[in-house]
Amino acid sequence: MPRVASTFTCGPSRGVFASVLIVSCAVVAACVFALPGCSKKSSSDSGSDPKALIVGFSQIGAESSWRTAETKSIRDEAKKRGIDLRFSDAQQKQENQIKAINSFIAQKVDAIILAPIVETGWEPVLKQAFAAGIPVILVDRGVKVSDDSLYTSLIASDFVAEGRMAAEWLANALGGTGNIVELQGTPGSAPAIDRKKGFEEGIAPHEGIRIIRSQTGEFTRAKGKEVMEAFLKSAPGQINAVYAHNDDMALGAIQAIEDAGLKPGKDILIVSIDGVRGAFEAMVAGKLNCTVECNPLLGPAAFDAVAKAVAGETLPKNIVVQDRVFDQSTAAEVIDSREY
Amino acid sequence: MPDSMSRLVWPLAALALLLAFNAVVSPSFFHLHFAEGRLASPLIDVLNQGAPVLLLALGMTLVIAAGGIDLSVGAVMAIAGAVAARVLETDASAAAAVAAALAVCLAAGLWNGLLITFAGVPPIVATLILMVAGRGIAQLITDGQIITVEPGSAFLAIGRGALLGLPAPVLIALAAAGALSAAVRLTSLGLFIESVGGNEEASRHAGLDVRSTRLAAYAIMGLLAGLAGLVDAADIAAADANNSGLYLELDAILAVVIGGTALTGGRFSLLGSLAGAILIQSLSTTILMAQFGGRSVPVELNLVIKAAVVLIVCLLQSSELRRLLLRTRRAVA
Repeated sequence: MPRVASTFTCGPSRGVFASVLIVSCAVVAACVFALPGCSKKSSSDSGSDPKALIVGFSQIGAESSWRTAETKSIRDEAKKRGIDLRFSDAQQKQENQIKAINSFIAQKVDAIILAPIVETGWEPVLKQAFAAGIPVILVDRGVKVSDDSLYTSLIASDFVAEGRMAAEWLANALGGTGNIVELQGTPGSAPAIDRKKGFEEGIAPHEGIRIIRSQTGEFTRAKGKEVMEAFLKSAPGQINAVYAHNDDMALGAIQAIEDAGLKPGKDILIVSIDGVRGAFEAMVAGKLNCTVECNPLLGPAAFDAVAKAVAGETLPKNIVVQDRVFDQSTAAEVIDSREY
Repeated sequence: MPDSMSRLVWPLAALALLLAFNAVVSPSFFHLHFAEGRLASPLIDVLNQGAPVLLLALGMTLVIAAGGIDLSVGAVMAIAGAVAARVLETDASAAAAVAAALAVCLAAGLWNGLLITFAGVPPIVATLILMVAGRGIAQLITDGQIITVEPGSAFLAIGRGALLGLPAPVLIALAAAGALSAAVRLTSLGLFIESVGGNEEASRHAGLDVRSTRLAAYAIMGLLAGLAGLVDAADIAAADANNSGLYLELDAILAVVIGGTALTGGRFSLLGSLAGAILIQSLSTTILMAQFGGRSVPVELNLVIKAAVVLIVCLLQSSELRRLLLRTRRAVA
């Protein structure tokens, strides 16, 4: 069959138009999505004080309100302390984070703050930073490296402790007996694994409490609702409480419970983790019983660590962020002071 | 038509097997009762939760039949929810929010179509651009936050309302399926699409307007993706730009393939795609409900089970494999 002229190149004028269009699309796409050091995404937050501390911050992206709150906290704290912050958004790609760290090293920054997207693959770039004598502070997630001295310190919440706190609150509220369904986070992710583990540890002493269903809601509202709908139908009348690995899934579950004609927060108790604003609103409305905070406001702690590291002080390898438990009794008082 | 019937057999057989499995493992799957003024049953949940993929699969059938593909539908869904939530924030009516969202999504579909038909960009590349950029646009519209829709808003009826006991998303999906079937069979649209996808050169020589036909397919796809996004947002009463429609383009393409429409274009079956979409959602609900020895399915196995079932359906559909099996059996005998 004579299919010489392909579908996509027909006539010279269209060819020229097409190539111009493709090239311009590619340039725009490259600028917006690929280059971590591109002017749009990289910015100096403070003035031109030559003696100001220069700190590079490689952030994963802006995929959740939790992460935007973390970014804002670090930017605000840098501004407050007069630190020249070089910010780079990796758009969910490790290669962009590695490029950003390389460029921070080339810019001879005083310290690097890194929120690593995955645990592995950091060895070479951390070695370069180490060789250049630049301290690296990890925030909210750890890395797996053969030599711990490649990074200075890790500032993060203890996900296992969060799960345990949720379990203790729920065991107490249930009076030691009840059937729980669990909405897990994204399979394989550190918070999902650890929050499951901590919760199981927390309910272990209570023989009357059982987890009767456990499936993944992938940390989203829509999936949380879908999974809860299925649970309500596969175990009708048996569910006393819901444990969700994050607030968004709990908010989805609340809707599923309402659709089934039950009262969330009363007929079925609900406890979740994160402490986002929507969770506080649901607690004030009496639909969510408890949320365990996972604090994203790491700016102050991160720059305390930077200051100490630059001054040559030794830091503990793990700095654990203190998370608190909030329930309906305190929700109304604190809701206005919540920053995320 | 024996040909289209035979293509429908396998997804329907798989669906029947899946339902039979549920009858044994989770008998409550077929339990039907009224709750909050609408029918409640896992069977209804399958249709309700499956409505977005169903809507996407309908449009994707036309796009694929016309010799194209659309990877941007998940991102367009996110845009629809984001636009609607933002319009609702201004105290505008639900109708205005729906109209604005659908208009933007129609424009997104036309943008894909124009890039492909007039600029000559390959469909996979053209729609990949909007797939990446579209989610970014949705995130820009929402500032990366989940925007909650006020509880009393009439907009929520799209996701949580009911008529005659049936949830609104199910009715919307069925209405779209009915309208589209009528459009492709009562007008020449279906014939044109099959012709363009089957043999573009021949269609052009026959005097068919290839560009307009393709453009129409992408425009319809944009509208349906917008509708899917609205259903999704109304269902959870919020626009979640990060997660709405994420990876659903793949589910939609899968539904079309399971339904017996060839990825190379040409003949298509809307009914097959419907069956494919329902099969995919039944599988998800089955996994969520199944209990083995008092335990749920381990979450790590969810996707493996899905892949295995889809693989089996695709193998059953392969006429080459069937012929091979028959030959071996004859050789053995």
